[in-house]
Order: sequence, then structure tokens, then C-alpha cells
Amino acid sequence: MQAQVQYKRPIPLSTNYAVAHAAKDLDVDVIAAYPITPQTTVVEKLSEFVANGELDAEFIHVESEHSALSATLAASLAGARAFTATASQGLAFMHEMLHVASGLRAPIVMSVAMRALSAPISIWNDQTDLFNARDAGWIIYFVHTAQEAYDTIIQAYRLAEDRDVLLPVMVGYDGYVMSHTTEPVVVEDRESVLKFAPKRPYPYRLDPDHPVTIGPIVPPEYYYEIKYQQVKAMEGVPEKAEEIDREFGKTFGRSYGIMECYMCDGAEALIVANASYAATMKSVLPDAWKQGLKVGLLRLRLYRPFPVKHFVNYTSNVKSVLVIDRAISYGAPYQGPLANEIAGLKVREDLGFNLTSVVAGIGQRAMENEDFLAIARLAWEARTRKYPETIFYGVRE
Amino acid sequence: MSVRLPGWKEMAIGGIIVNPGNSLEYKTGDWKVLMPVIDQDKCIRCRICWYVCPDNAIKELDKPHTTKAKRVYKISYDVDYDYCKGCGMCAQECPVKAIDMVPVEVS
Ligand code: SF4
Ligand code: SF4
Repeated sequence: MQAQVQYKRPIPLSTNYAVAHAAKDLDVDVIAAYPITPQTTVVEKLSEFVANGELDAEFIHVESEHSALSATLAASLAGARAFTATASQGLAFMHEMLHVASGLRAPIVMSVAMRALSAPISIWNDQTDLFNARDAGWIIYFVHTAQEAYDTIIQAYRLAEDRDVLLPVMVGYDGYVMSHTTEPVVVEDRESVLKFAPKRPYPYRLDPDHPVTIGPIVPPEYYYEIKYQQVKAMEGVPEKAEEIDREFGKTFGRSYGIMECYMCDGAEALIVANASYAATMKSVLPDAWKQGLKVGLLRLRLYRPFPVKHFVNYTSNVKSVLVIDRAISYGAPYQGPLANEIAGLKVREDLGFNLTSVVAGIGQRAMENEDFLAIARLAWEARTRKYPETIFYGVRE
Repeated sequence: MSVRLPGWKEMAIGGIIVNPGNSLEYKTGDWKVLMPVIDQDKCIRCRICWYVCPDNAIKELDKPHTTKAKRVYKISYDVDYDYCKGCGMCAQECPVKAIDMVPVEVS
């Protein structure tokens, strides 16, 4: 037993590479993947690891993302630790299998380098892909640094393979802005990673000695209860995720919680943001405070299931909550999908803040520090005025 | 219906069937509204009903039968109501109209 946490020297990695390193250190058995921008370098790196003998895994080259997730799912059901990665159209193409994976309770982990959806074709970042997949029954994390991506993939397997959970996990980060940007990342050794997240294969795995039928048709008298099991499995996740994160902190010296409130002491307004927007907002907030804008940041990390208790706790005393969405829910009451969801929570929990919905950065429209300051000002002003309509920040008239 | 179905806590996750071969317990004939009844006297043992039934619900039995006209048959045809779903094909195809479709009595 080590008495103290050994801090290691970081190495420069993009978020995509950090994710690939995590999958390698978790000793995944099967990777089935299709390259799609901006996820490609994740699976390129992993195929390199396999080719060099650094990772003893089956790398299945498939002809589409539908097959990628199908093969990953089959491997998972056969008892393997399976991994895949995707983005944008690829995630959309997986949509059918997303539901099959969660419905069969396969402990798959998948990284998503979030990207805009066609049409028109955009290879750049926004989060429409992931927000379109949010109701597929997967646990969803958003991460805001390459280090957090590495750490979260490790935590994700612990969570997915937990016997009370058994749900697939998505780890989302911004395409290009994060996927292709290099940061210092501490990479752990495989032994300690596997000690933290030992392989716990699917309990009903395909085994000729113990025959089971996976994926049968289920009549109306039974289907509802099986779906309700998924509801209940999700319910326990926030607590589990927090526990795993805490233990991760004790083991490796880094932890994040499941929802982060940054510069919240004395804040009268909060901005809800995730992934790289949260990171940029963190760097801008000290300037905002200097300008008299007492604005904090509520960073979403665990998004599905939504950490309701944490949200209520952080927002019950603020006058304004501004939600930045990088996706559009066309024609919805608030056209930012997350803002829409928080509007529901505000009613449910009888929260008194003014809610503002801001859509920004669609198709990776540039968002500079001044833009984040401008949004912080909006959040501040929203203490005393209401913006009933979604603000499409930065769109040209 | 008085059958108690399992609650969500009692069922295997994902709709997975964990006890192999339990399809034997699944009787597929519980939703018919009309049931075929074979008149053993009229039946000429031609086997057509056995042949056409899509559910294999007609049984060929080693059960002798003597008709009122003193004709002796070594076999009989009967319906396995656990699996008959009441489609009426047998009655339709029986060349001597030995099969009647009668309403199922729900108790
Ligand atoms: S009614 Fe249909 S299912 Fe039933 S015995 Fe006749 S053919 Fe078979
Ligand atoms: S089809 Fe009619 S006559 Fe032929 S075996 Fe069946 S019941 Fe008898």
C-alpha cells in the first residue's frame, strides 16, 4: 500500500489522445470504430497502440458507426470490456443502437468529440449531436479539460460496470476546441488504473455453459417494467458517480465532483455551461468580477442523470441563471435544449431565479473572451429583467 | 385475470431470458375468441386440418373412435387449445365441415 499519492509528470496530449490513453490503460479488450471528424485521432491512436503491441485488444474495422456500436455492444455482451468513439453524423447513425445498448444494459464506454450536424455540412464544433442523443438512456458526462477526459473515461468504466448501474456511458467534449488542442495530461500506469477500475464483465454474458437469450421480443405485460428498471438504475447514478470520483481523488489526486460551482461565493447570477465553454468562462470570470459583475459558473459535468439536488442547492439563492446552449431545439419554448430542461426544473423545484436562454457558437462560430464577458453581463442584467425569448448570440442580422 | 405478473424488481434486466427453454411455459393460445370443436362422428380422418393449422395445434392421437354408424377409426384428431389461436383455417378447410368455430367462454 502506498501511503501517499504519487504525482506524475504530465505529458502533452490532445483530448482525443488523452481518451485513447485512458482506453489503453483500462486494458479494453475490443475496440470497434469508424473514423469520423473530429474523433478520428482517438481511434487512430488506439489502432497504433494495438499495432505496436502496447494494447492487447481486438480492433474491429467496421464500415459504419451503426456497425461500430453493434460490434462494441456484442463484444460487451460477450463479456469483453469494449470501447468506441464517435462524433456528429456518426453518433446520429448509431442512434438505433444507442437504445439497444442501454436497453440491454451493456456497460460500454464511448467518447464523443462533439460536432455540428448536417445540413449544411459542418465539420466544426457544436453540441447538436450529443443533445440529440440525450434521451437514449446513456449516462452522459461533459468534460472541460484533456486531463478530465482521461480521468473520466476511467471513472466511467467503474460506473458502467457497477452491478447496480449497468448502463452505457458517453463522455462528451468539444470537437477541435478540445479534441485537437494539446494540454499537459498526467497519465497513470495500467496497474493502478486497473486496480481502480477492475474489469467486471456483463453478468449475463454469452456463455454456452449458461445459455441465456439476449434481446427477445417483450410483450406489453413486461416491457414497461424493464424500462422502469432503467429509470431506477439511473436514479442511483449521481451518488455512485460522486463516490467513484471521490475515491479517484484519493487514489490519483484529482477529483471533480459531478457539478462544479466556480466563483459562486457571493455571486448573484450564475451561468450554466459545459465542456470548453465552461473552461473559457472560468478564465473570464475574474475580469467580470473586476467589472462589478458578480457572476459564478455552474459547470455541468454529469449531465445524465441530471444532478438535480446539486443544481437546486447552487441556484436556490441567486436571482439570475443564464444557460448557454451550443445546440438548437427548433421551435421549443426555449430553443436551447438545456435551457428548456432547466425551465422545467425551475418550475418543479419552485426556484425563484430569472432564466435566460442563450444559444451561441453554433457550427463553431468564434467565441472570444469579450463574448464570454458580454454573456456574463447579460446574466448580471437578467437579475432585474426577464428575457422570455431565446437569445441567439452572435447571429448576424 | 387473476395471474400475478412479476414486478420490476423481480425481472431480469434488459428483458434477458435467464432460464433457458422457458418458452415451453408460454402458451400462445390464450387470446382466441373462437375455438374449433371437432365432431368426431363427422370427421373422416383426412388429416387436412392437421396439415393446414399454422400453429401445429391439431393433434393426431392414437385414440380409436367408433361412429354412430359403427365405422371404426384407429386415430382421432383433436385440438391443443394451449396453442390454437382460433384462426379458423381448420374449419375452413375441413372437407366435410366436421369443425365448428364456437365462441370461447371467458370464466
Ligand atoms: S383454429 Fe387455427 S390455430 Fe386453431 S386449430 Fe384451427 S387452424 Fe389451428
Ligand atoms: S379436416 Fe375435417 S375431416 Fe379432415 S381430419 Fe380434420 S376434422 Fe377430420
